[in-house]
Amino acid sequence: MPFFLFAFMFLLYPSSTIAVRSFQDTKTHLFTFQNFVHLLHDPNLINAYWISIKISLITSLGGGIFGFLLAYSAIRGGLPPFMRSSLMTFCGVASNFAGVPLAFAFIAMLSPAGVLTGWLISMGYNPYFHGFQLYTFWGLSIVYMYFQFPLMVLVIAPAIDGLRREWLEAAENLGASGFQYWRYVAFPILLPSILGTMILLFGNSFGAFATAQALTGGQINLVTIVIGDQLRGDVLGDAGLGYALALGMVVVMAVAITGYTVLQRRSERWLR
Amino acid sequence: MKRGNVIWSWFWMILGIIYFFLPLVATFLFSLRAQRGVLSFLAYQQLFNDNDFIKGFSFSVLWGVLTIIVGILIFVPTAYWVRLRVPQFRTAVEFVTLLPFVVPAIVFVFGLVRTFSQPPFLIVNSPALLVAGYTVLSMPYMYRSIDTGLRSIDVRTLTEAAQSLGAGWGIILFRIILPNISVAILNGAFVSFSIVMGEYILAQYLAKPAFAPFLAFLIQQKAYEPAAATLVSFALTWACMGIISLFGRGQQTQLAGGH
Repeated sequence: MPFFLFAFMFLLYPSSTIAVRSFQDTKTHLFTFQNFVHLLHDPNLINAYWISIKISLITSLGGGIFGFLLAYSAIRGGLPPFMRSSLMTFCGVASNFAGVPLAFAFIAMLSPAGVLTGWLISMGYNPYFHGFQLYTFWGLSIVYMYFQFPLMVLVIAPAIDGLRREWLEAAENLGASGFQYWRYVAFPILLPSILGTMILLFGNSFGAFATAQALTGGQINLVTIVIGDQLRGDVLGDAGLGYALALGMVVVMAVAITGYTVLQRRSERWLR
Repeated sequence: MKRGNVIWSWFWMILGIIYFFLPLVATFLFSLRAQRGVLSFLAYQQLFNDNDFIKGFSFSVLWGVLTIIVGILIFVPTAYWVRLRVPQFRTAVEFVTLLPFVVPAIVFVFGLVRTFSQPPFLIVNSPALLVAGYTVLSMPYMYRSIDTGLRSIDVRTLTEAAQSLGAGWGIILFRIILPNISVAILNGAFVSFSIVMGEYILAQYLAKPAFAPFLAFLIQQKAYEPAAATLVSFALTWACMGIISLFGRGQQTQLAGGH
């Protein structure tokens, strides 16, 4: 079957090359754990993982909460129905609008010469005098949020749809307050979906490269940026270390996607 | 619903709308500033007269079209075959089609470059590798669209009817099955196209001309033309998504690829 040939040739084989070579000595090609030992003893690379994880945690939490509030407002918040369909269309576009153009949109808005910065300065507030920097960690987080929260809206919307009105009515008939309804009915049912989708967002930002590269010019220490540099030339001075670094990313992503799948299956129990 | 809830709903929606539109409005205003002191479309004129822009853009269109063709050629027979003949492979095939979500694009291109830049596969400079890579990136969307399309038609009856009229496999696949799932294929095709048009990593590291690497280069060189190019790219994404929602199918979002 041409499919398996294609998948093997261009997906499975290159990926397994990374896995195999990360356990190989660069010169002798013998089996070794040395690459991973080096990885764990390199403070710069550990730091890269840490920053990647930190930015993914922050943007998946922030994007997840904001996206959930948006989706809930549009679906169950008593807004006119056209708001829902326009929100879904916007989110479809925004979650696909990423990478280099997204980075530039934020440069045009928030860089020292940006349009919004100009407005703020004319109102007497210069964010750059108050410690704001677009090209650093927090700036990048704001940019990532742009594709994170729309994804949350799109993935969580079916779960919110599955929340039946009868449950709210039943809870109210039994004398539950709004808080009690959320605490004992809606939240426990939605929790697996919310957590699962947030894990998906985590993976989404953990693997992101183009946005960060275009925004910071490679000046931020993320795992993806280090891999990109390693690919351009052996900046680590150790080819095996590069493979180990890449395999580490795949492991994190595999854990994230597995977590998402498991939680999604759990939430299907209630939301049919 | 209580009144307080509606006010909060509006509050979050308006916040969302601001977050969504502010960068775009800012980019648009920024793109008009190319001439000092007046608002003008000079940046757009310069952009459309820039040969590198034409080149990058048209190559991206070419890569996108090739990716869609290769994707159709590989995934339609596969999905058809799995559905009709070998349903026991279903899990394996679905697992493989979802793998691009697990392997980040930068790791994927790392693997591609390292694998194909040494014998026995010295094809790192061939455009075929780029198209193959794009086909892999678009695989989760393309395959799932096709599979959904096949689910909505009666594959078995169609095949048997065609066979009893004496049709061969090629005719069954491309003259019977393909037209019946054309909406699903178009849906997947536009997602693939929008992925390829915005894709930076593969084109950059396989050193092929494309729109996103051109834009990244332009950002370092100029101030106003990239703003114009950003809006062009946004309009393109919007058009792709708009066409998909015209088909009335569900939302598809990009997880792998351009981020």
